[in-house]
Amino acid sequence: MKNDKIVIANKKFNSRLIVGTGKYKSMSECAMAIKLSGAEIVTVAVRRVNITDKKKPLLMDYIDPKKITYLPNTAGCFTSEEALRTLRLAREIGGWKLVKLEVLGDKQNLFPDMIETLKSTEVLAKEGFKVMVYCNDDPLMAKRLENSGADAIMPLAAPIGSGLGIQNKTNIQIIRNQTKLPLIIDAGLGQASDATIAMELGCDGVLVNTAIAKAKKPYDMALAFKNAVIAGRQSFLAGRINKYLYGNASSPKTGIIK
Amino acid sequence: MKKIKKIKIKVNGKFKSVPENYKISDLVKDLKIPLKKVAIELNQEIMDKKKISKIVLKKDDKMEIVHFIGGG
Repeated sequence: MKNDKIVIANKKFNSRLIVGTGKYKSMSECAMAIKLSGAEIVTVAVRRVNITDKKKPLLMDYIDPKKITYLPNTAGCFTSEEALRTLRLAREIGGWKLVKLEVLGDKQNLFPDMIETLKSTEVLAKEGFKVMVYCNDDPLMAKRLENSGADAIMPLAAPIGSGLGIQNKTNIQIIRNQTKLPLIIDAGLGQASDATIAMELGCDGVLVNTAIAKAKKPYDMALAFKNAVIAGRQSFLAGRINKYLYGNASSPKTGIIK
Repeated sequence: MKKIKKIKIKVNGKFKSVPENYKISDLVKDLKIPLKKVAIELNQEIMDKKKISKIVLKKDDKMEIVHFIGGG
């Protein structure tokens, strides 16, 4: 397990847990949860600077981008144009090339608009971005993203923030079998065991925000997710037994007292 | 005394009145923007932060100054 690193766009990471930085009560709570989760990559949003209230705390003052990799996202973008504009700005802030693309298609279910997502992936890859793409759990679309230059495939488990856990294990397994790219479950996880399931399916990592930030005890949940991802990965590498329909006794049948 | 002429620009969606010959670098200074932590757009065009002391703002210019905040 020691050398079992995840490689994203030629960069190695020890932790397979990526954590979102939204929805926390405070910046300090967010920073502490990230520390406990062991995450080395965090997603961040690009928004307007508050020009009237300059005392508002800055994320960079709490989470050092030199120590933790910032993964700028396009949350809230509903068109390719908006997403491209956002990520070009993100790159300008600090030279970030590794980005998370997310183009939403519906305000209620927050499912990704895969046509706009695919278009954006092509453009971003051509512009030299390293694109981690939030997508539907559709193997065909995942393949097209891969062919368009995506650096990681990030299918949803369930709608963003829903906490429902992985809804379509079969599709995730099909995507796993067809791609060599990092496969990261993004969105919809509700509890630590959901992350274990994702890792046991052979995923390379998980991305979690709401399940930690909105847990009753975010610090404990951050730790739980850290352990769950490690457990799931170990379980996957260890190789599970076959499934049988009937019982198979664990103790020898011989030498039973009569 | 000569009256300083003012022009109206928009910064992050809010109108702002600035003097003529006002540069992007003046705005950054006046708003105390931490330049290393932001990106600047002028009329939807990303600005090279090294060159903002050379760009004079014009009437109705639209500026966007963005940074990273918490997000999933």
